[in-house]
Amino acid sequence: MAGKQAGDQISRYSFTDEQEEFRTVLRRFLDDKSPPTEVRRLMATETGWERAGWRELNNQLGLTAIAIPEAYGGQGFGFVELCIVLEETGRALLCAPYFSSAVLATGAILNAGSEEDRQGLLPAIASGETVATLAFTEDNGGWGSDAIEMTATPSGSGYRLDGVKSFVLDGATADLIIVVARRPASSGDDGLGFFVVDATADELEKTPLETMDTTRKLARLQFNGVEAKPLGEGDGAGVAFAKTMQQAAIALASEMVGGAERLRESAVDYAMMRMQFGRPIGSFQAIKHKCADMLVDVELAKAAAYYAAAAAADDDEDLPAIASLAKACVSDAYMKTAIDTIQIHGGIGFTWDNDTHLWFKRAKSSEVFLGDAHYHRELMLRHWDV
Amino acid sequence: MSEPTEAEIREEVSAWIADNWDPDRGLVEWRNMLVDSGWGVPSWPKQWYGKELNEVLSAAVEREFKRAGAIGVARTGVRMLVAATLHEHGSDLHKEKFLRRILTGEDVWCQLFSEPGSGSDMAAATTRADLRDGKWIVNGQKLWTTSAQHAQYGILLARTNWDVPKHQGLSFFIIDIEQPGVTVQPLKQMNGHASFNQVFFTDAVIEPEFIVEKPGEGWRVATTTLMHERRGATGLGSWGQGSTGKGRAYDEERAEVATVMEPYKWYPQRAGRANWVIERAKETGKNTDPAVRQEIAKVMTLYNTAQWLSNRGRAAARMGRKQGPEGSLGKLIGSHVARAAAHAHTAITGADAMLSGADSPRDGLIAEILVSVPATSIAGGTDEIQRNIIAERVLGMPREANNDTDRPFKDVPRNIVS
Repeated sequence: MAGKQAGDQISRYSFTDEQEEFRTVLRRFLDDKSPPTEVRRLMATETGWERAGWRELNNQLGLTAIAIPEAYGGQGFGFVELCIVLEETGRALLCAPYFSSAVLATGAILNAGSEEDRQGLLPAIASGETVATLAFTEDNGGWGSDAIEMTATPSGSGYRLDGVKSFVLDGATADLIIVVARRPASSGDDGLGFFVVDATADELEKTPLETMDTTRKLARLQFNGVEAKPLGEGDGAGVAFAKTMQQAAIALASEMVGGAERLRESAVDYAMMRMQFGRPIGSFQAIKHKCADMLVDVELAKAAAYYAAAAAADDDEDLPAIASLAKACVSDAYMKTAIDTIQIHGGIGFTWDNDTHLWFKRAKSSEVFLGDAHYHRELMLRHWDV
Repeated sequence: MSEPTEAEIREEVSAWIADNWDPDRGLVEWRNMLVDSGWGVPSWPKQWYGKELNEVLSAAVEREFKRAGAIGVARTGVRMLVAATLHEHGSDLHKEKFLRRILTGEDVWCQLFSEPGSGSDMAAATTRADLRDGKWIVNGQKLWTTSAQHAQYGILLARTNWDVPKHQGLSFFIIDIEQPGVTVQPLKQMNGHASFNQVFFTDAVIEPEFIVEKPGEGWRVATTTLMHERRGATGLGSWGQGSTGKGRAYDEERAEVATVMEPYKWYPQRAGRANWVIERAKETGKNTDPAVRQEIAKVMTLYNTAQWLSNRGRAAARMGRKQGPEGSLGKLIGSHVARAAAHAHTAITGADAMLSGADSPRDGLIAEILVSVPATSIAGGTDEIQRNIIAERVLGMPREANNDTDRPFKDVPRNIVS
């Protein structure tokens, strides 16, 4: 990468046999537990997920615990294994607070929390007993630290939070909310801190937002002097926030390639089955070439997501650029794949009964979630000092 | 006897190199020693100058040569494709007569497959070979022939039967280029270079023993050549790899590489020079233009992900895993990278992109990128053919119906070539 290409060590470019086996087990499990009928049932509910299914996920496979160190009740695997889970949940469009709890909240606690914070918070998250999320975006919809306006004011032994967080993933259903806020009168990365809030606090007003992708539930949270405990120092968390966002971008990229590959497969399957003019439409070059292009898009996107996951596991010094590259590349590919999949399905692809729109909407929502491709391409160049 | 270990092989080869390698020897003399020892092509059969070592051990041998700075056998041009084809289909006479001089570099070869009337549809060749008085007499025209102007021999695909469907009427020959019936002319390209030739045959003669396999089996033989070409056995990859050592052998190797590579010095420009984009944007100040920045980021994203994808393919091969789709996608992705890079270079270069030669930035190389990139999506299989291959071989989609495989070739509609 811009002169800083990591060596071509095999682990950057392949999965181990154990990782492949893990993926197979997971795919079988999710095919069984999260077929489209189940996705449709859950996405129509207000909460978007259910405790029973969540428990099953954690009791049988320990999925939320996957990348949490054993010292905090986790399974102690790495970021690559976490990304394998996300690729599979993205493929299955699993309706569960996995991204919020296992990626965002867990990432924030590991990056910013003190030893005591980790001991205190992670075991319940790892077991799935506590569902946690991270509230960082606000009404302005900006994704960087400069968009964070909410203030944390020292009060008694802790802090008091005032302001609004929006687009909070599973914000209406999480048990524990980690909030990014700032010291009054600070700006940018300066004065940024993470704070832990009990989701049942009286001064917290939670309003579910109507989302286009109903498998991804978002909420707007109004904080009216909510009591909060700081995570770590409660200040100077700019670096931890940036890192949490980079890891989240890579995790999202992994989730997206899972969905994109499923769409690509469904498009080819349909093209082979659909008969027009006395032959499968998949025998026409107009369709074959589109399918070949879709494979190229998805395979390049996978290469980006896999490389980024390995780079995150190695804590690569170029991680900020790699994370942005992966987010931009994969979100473009996912969206394009979704559009092409509908096109290949023709009229039927535009109907509610056809499943394509479920993934299309996830692709659309993922296109902007955590920052769109333009934003991330710019971040990438800045990290490279262009 | 059990397979030798990598350590044993490395010890054996490095001892042999230490005893024999002398940079002041003549290149051909040294390569003959390589051929006789088996260390020049260790993966080849023992009977034909090799040691029958597997891929891993052969790679270890190659590393020892690199480490010692010792020159290997000749690899430029299509010679290794010819060798691979002869191993599989050639007679003992062919192997005896040609393999050694392929390896020593004494003979240069060319591949006479493409024609003006058959590009992507190579099996529609109309160059004809007719048996007259026990000899094959060749008439017709080939195109896009690399190195024909230096070549002593060519591998030729010609039609010997017009009354059967197209694939069945072809035969594969070895032809002596240095004869009166063969005329080689350079073909000038839109970027001003003339890297390829047109080759005309007017009653050119082939002795009967230089057909490879039987008449009508030419397509099967050519498929072997093409398969090796796709695997990248061609020597063009060794661009610029002439070593910098001192001594007669090094001098002769550099001259060999320079002669073969001269017509292809625009190839790095053809691939788009994506790795220059950031540097150039800083030079021209276009790195402050937000729209151009997006273009730059897109090229760099494609350039890096293409590299990672191909590294995944290589890692899988090294681990002995089944090849994924990576291998089939590289050619098409290369076209995307080249086009995106040319697009970005244009935006970065601005008005200077209208200039050429010494007036164009980087002494004409930027202009050369812009007029060379269109070759990338055509040469070695067009993007459209690549998409067919991907759709059919990787995705398992059906072939489009053909118009020409169910009738004698003489009844197939085809191009009129003057």
